Amino acid sequence: MRGDDVTNNGNTAAKSGNPFKLAGSQLDRVRDWWAKAPGWQRWIVYIGLIVGALILPAPWIGAFMSPYSDWTTVLFFPIGIYILMAIGLNIVVGLAGLLDLGYVAFFAIGSYSLAYFGTQYGWNFWATLSIGIGVTAISGVILGAPTLRLRGDYLAIVTLGFHEIVRITANNTDEIGGARGITNIPHPPDMFGTEFLFDPAPYYYLILATIVLVIIFSRRLEISRVGRSWAAIREDEDAAELMGVPTFRFKLLAFAIGAMIGGLAGAVWASQANFIAPTSFPFILSATILVAVVLGGSGNLPGVMLGAFLIAWLPERFRGLAEYRILFFGAALVLLMALRPEGLLPSRRRRAELAEGTGGMGSMGAEVAGPTSDPDVEVSSK
Amino acid sequence: MLDDLSNQFLPSTVGGLAAGAIFALLALGYTMVYGVLRLINFAHSEIFMIGTFASLFVLTTMGVTGPLTGFALIGMLLLMLVVSMAAAGGAAVLLEQVAYRPLRKKGASRLAALISAIGASLFLQEFFALVVIPAVFDKAGRNTTGVPRLVDRDVVFTIGNANVRTDHIIVIVAAIAMMVLLDQIVNRSRMGRGIRATAQDPEAAVLMGVNIDNVVRMTFLLGGAMAGVAGMLYVMEYEVTQYNEGFVLGIKAFTAAVLGGIGNIRGALLGGFALGLIENWGAIFLGSEWKDVIAFIVLVVVLMFRPTGILGESLQRARA
Amino acid sequence: MVRRAGFLAAGMALTLTLSACAGSGDDSSGGGGGGDATSVKIGFMGDLTGENSAIVIPPRNGAKMAFDEYNATNPDVKIEMVEYDSQGKPEQAAVLVPQAAGTDKIVGLIGPAFSGESKAVGAQLNEAGIPSVSASATNPGLAENGWEFWHRVVANDNDQGPGIANFLVNELSPKKAFVVSDDQEYSVGLAETVTTAFKEAGVTTETDRFAVTASDYSSTVSKIRTSNADVIFFGGYYAQAGPLLKQLRDAGVDAPFVSGDGSLDAQLVSTAGAEAAEGAILGCPCNIPSEDVTGPLKEFYDNYQSAFDVPPAIYATEGYDAATAFIKAVEAGNTTSADINEFLKTVDFEGVSKPIKFQENGEPEANDIFIYQVKDGKISLLGASDEAKLES
Repeated sequence: MRGDDVTNNGNTAAKSGNPFKLAGSQLDRVRDWWAKAPGWQRWIVYIGLIVGALILPAPWIGAFMSPYSDWTTVLFFPIGIYILMAIGLNIVVGLAGLLDLGYVAFFAIGSYSLAYFGTQYGWNFWATLSIGIGVTAISGVILGAPTLRLRGDYLAIVTLGFHEIVRITANNTDEIGGARGITNIPHPPDMFGTEFLFDPAPYYYLILATIVLVIIFSRRLEISRVGRSWAAIREDEDAAELMGVPTFRFKLLAFAIGAMIGGLAGAVWASQANFIAPTSFPFILSATILVAVVLGGSGNLPGVMLGAFLIAWLPERFRGLAEYRILFFGAALVLLMALRPEGLLPSRRRRAELAEGTGGMGSMGAEVAGPTSDPDVEVSSK
Repeated sequence: MLDDLSNQFLPSTVGGLAAGAIFALLALGYTMVYGVLRLINFAHSEIFMIGTFASLFVLTTMGVTGPLTGFALIGMLLLMLVVSMAAAGGAAVLLEQVAYRPLRKKGASRLAALISAIGASLFLQEFFALVVIPAVFDKAGRNTTGVPRLVDRDVVFTIGNANVRTDHIIVIVAAIAMMVLLDQIVNRSRMGRGIRATAQDPEAAVLMGVNIDNVVRMTFLLGGAMAGVAGMLYVMEYEVTQYNEGFVLGIKAFTAAVLGGIGNIRGALLGGFALGLIENWGAIFLGSEWKDVIAFIVLVVVLMFRPTGILGESLQRARA
Repeated sequence: MVRRAGFLAAGMALTLTLSACAGSGDDSSGGGGGGDATSVKIGFMGDLTGENSAIVIPPRNGAKMAFDEYNATNPDVKIEMVEYDSQGKPEQAAVLVPQAAGTDKIVGLIGPAFSGESKAVGAQLNEAGIPSVSASATNPGLAENGWEFWHRVVANDNDQGPGIANFLVNELSPKKAFVVSDDQEYSVGLAETVTTAFKEAGVTTETDRFAVTASDYSSTVSKIRTSNADVIFFGGYYAQAGPLLKQLRDAGVDAPFVSGDGSLDAQLVSTAGAEAAEGAILGCPCNIPSEDVTGPLKEFYDNYQSAFDVPPAIYATEGYDAATAFIKAVEAGNTTSADINEFLKTVDFEGVSKPIKFQENGEPEANDIFIYQVKDGKISLLGASDEAKLES
């Protein structure tokens, strides 16, 4: 029966023999502690995390974490970039409950803005970065304005289409390099006496600082009026509208903010990559970031970051498996979703919504009532 | 430009109809699963891919190396059709069993189901590339596989400067016939009634004694079988396949389903043909590299004016 | 895959024998350090498991063969080949280069195999001071970056395009040509150089382009059919060339079909069908030995065949020559990346594919383009583009 497992939360799950559930319930316990932890304990954890992040590139960690590729480089891309994108997509999917299958389009727009204005006009990093963020915000609005009135699944296909439009247009437009892409993208200027060339370490600290800022920003938003409006929209859009929430405007805002963070990630990445081409932005990358968000626990920041980390790190760690990596990845996704569909670290609120079958996306049709039906009516399918 | 239009319009139309027929068959699977489960069955493109390889398997096992004619051709086409439908339909049922049913039982969100679908899609592609294709077909798994010619490219008749060939006719006629058949099954049979009832209101359907598990299985079986037909026609018409052959086609077919009105069987037919034609006509003016962009822009424009697609959604209104 | 499994098995056996020979030499990381190293590492980077690995496995085998032959002579300094599978993706290559340079301390790199990844990591390699020799990256722009450590042993597309176009103009004297390509970087670039060369020769040229992911080329085919072109050039890989050629012939277009190095593979014939592929003309900056060659090429052919159980394919000889350039450098006593790079500036020997000598910017001195044609279902060499003749 649906519901049992989730309403009783981790407790019953821990008793069942499933080791995966056991691990999940341990995670739940950690979160329970966290929810009750006083401020000073939290600060200790924050400081511990930041110190941990600062020493992360150490070679002895890398020797284990990434024996087949350069650990510091991996920490910047894919790990750091994926985490940044996952935080951005989480705003769209996790907070506002909008299904976006083409998020990497914004990443691409950010990269291209930085690359184009940097190489064609020689503008400096900060100028091109700002332009990149601005352009992606505008493109988020341009995409969102006509399409955000559509229901969830239509939005999914339209965003997917948008991704393809952006990629193919870049590929076919000689003005921005066409299929050749853009080479010799300028690196960021020196900061704090550190040169930004090809040594990955400065970029790692740059992305780390960016991630910390974006986390703070995202968290402030989540607990503000805006965040509460998103929650209302996600849980029941019609009810939110009736309660006076301007749903369309808030959805558009979520889209634009998500887009900006994607653009920021793209711009930072391009400044390190030195070369970008349309093939750097395949559809599968959009799917991968969405997987990261859902796998980690859509709506919960530590969750999506964990998801992004795993998605980015595991393929590098198991490079030794070479060809079989994606095979295992696919099978693992199916297995994980079957065992823990709410993700590794779901947010408390989100989990409750999912238990009701109304988590913004609704649940699969043939088993559970849609958002509009009475949640008290339990339907047996057996 | 006008010259191009008059020269290329009719040939492009024929090509567009053949491409559209395959989009339409594939769109049916998306539309039916969506209608019943409200789920984008992302792995449907791999079901199609399995269908193409099932047909290729028949051709290889039967030792076809050149075009057939007469009864031999008809027999071979029917055999390919049956094997592809069985393989793809079976694979779709298995997919549902493994990747979706556990989530459904838990009342998981559709987002989780979508991720499971993406996982299944990646798994199936890689499984074919790494295991099935090397083992069964003795080929490097990631290379494009050429398919021997089965139907001669005889010109049956010409319209203006467009040649309509045997293979075009087979593709278009078979696609339409299959869709009429499916439409009849869904609208006339007892199982079809169950499918429509579930699509309309799953809770009420359960209360009325519909066995949901059977309905879902049947939906996947029918959708998968149609993908099998699409795979077989695709192999016959384009004579190539690959482990990820379904990927782009799947996106197009889903677009076609939405364009026609997702959940609507006749919408899938209309959407498929419309998409095939729009792409090919658009390519005359802008160049073939813009095909996909044209398709998606048309989709957005249609959705802006008709938010539920051309024919509207839902299986039970397919009659309208 | 059985074929690939064969490669793997052969490769594995070779690796085993190699490590047996090398003995303890492996453990002392030779690195870019001292001059008394007993072994050095040379990397090989390219798409070893991805979509286009069919173009990268042969040069890998060629390089492997060269190193194995060299190590079998018990030299003072042995060479270990380290493979880096970039899957042809620039962002993957960018992650692997720091590993190769920093952790593995390679002193030279064969590759990256493709132009996109070469663009992405060229500057990185240059900064790290690792000399690279690509056996197959043909993008003309690569030489224009001022990278001092970059080299290649193939002629670029600025030679390939005009080489093929001029050959066609001489042999077929077309009035009208149609140049089509898919939308990949290599394809677009090659198609453009061919278009330009045709136009300079006064041939009216029309163009079209399709998405590499497309399978239905009907709109492109109807454009070509209504253009009534005398010759069709396709820029792209065999995976697209085969089906396109087939659909063209089905539509009744019988003008000669020409393509470049990306389509020079037996799979062009298998995907297009022997009948449609017959007579197709292929140009390539590569020299692929066939069974009936003589001299050093014959020896190469036989050794390759016995080592890998398949005849040498595209860029196998170039892979061998790239490896040989490094071998010459090590033989001359150079064991640091900087010394090897200096040596490469002066290297001059008769390779199996062509004479190997680098220009200042890393381009090879020899820029011959070879013309091949499909005859009786097999691709056979007609000769260098300035002397080859089409049989009619």
